[in-house]
Amino acid sequence: MSWFCKPSSVPLWRDEFPVFTAGERYVSRRQFTKFLTLTSFGMLVGNLWILAQSWSRRAPAWPRLRVAEADEIAVGGVKTFSYPTAADPCILVRTGADSYVAYSQKCTHLSCAVYYEKARNRFECPCHQGFFSIADGSVLQGPPRRALPRVALERAGGQLIAIRVEAENA
Amino acid sequence: MNPNPPENRGLTAIDGAMALIVILLIVQIWLLSATLESYLAGHREAAIPGAIISAILFAACLALYRFVDRIDSDVRQDIK
Repeated sequence: MSWFCKPSSVPLWRDEFPVFTAGERYVSRRQFTKFLTLTSFGMLVGNLWILAQSWSRRAPAWPRLRVAEADEIAVGGVKTFSYPTAADPCILVRTGADSYVAYSQKCTHLSCAVYYEKARNRFECPCHQGFFSIADGSVLQGPPRRALPRVALERAGGQLIAIRVEAENA
Repeated sequence: MNPNPPENRGLTAIDGAMALIVILLIVQIWLLSATLESYLAGHREAAIPGAIISAILFAACLALYRFVDRIDSDVRQDIK
């Protein structure tokens, strides 16, 4: 530990428990400084943990899932499904004769289920009045700060296939 | 009456070092929270500079601690 503390000729107990009152001011300050330095080390560990997490996190392998037949829903119609797992509800909207969009149904604020508000052509979270754009899932209004994760769709014949989730933090 | 007795010689330097450590800690707390928020928002590129700067701040704190420790042992040996 000589790199950390200066080697002392006096025994440790005398270093930590001063005999003279004047020495106590130094010991208390040194111990408080040591505590602050250990706090700094704790925050370094936190930063290193974030670094390790960002390195170890791999891009997930997305399954292919048949969501619906292309003509199964009418224009302006909606179908809900789960992707990539049964615990991830999603919503598919047919926005035009040949255009479909799908997003996660979990509001990015507190995970309430959003629904499609056809009259205003947007998604609405009924819990705290968060509104999302149908075009790209971005926040239009309300407490959510992040866009709805978008489910990428692929057209295979007459079928719509979910191929991945495109989110800011996916 | 001596306004600055020998046993108080190092206290000003130690207090100054402690104040510097506190400032470094405030910066480090801000850095940790900013890096965490950035990581949770999906921006992983902030993790490396965050860790490097945090390591530099910790090294500065450690150097200041060694400085305090050195003054402490020097002055207290004189007191004895």
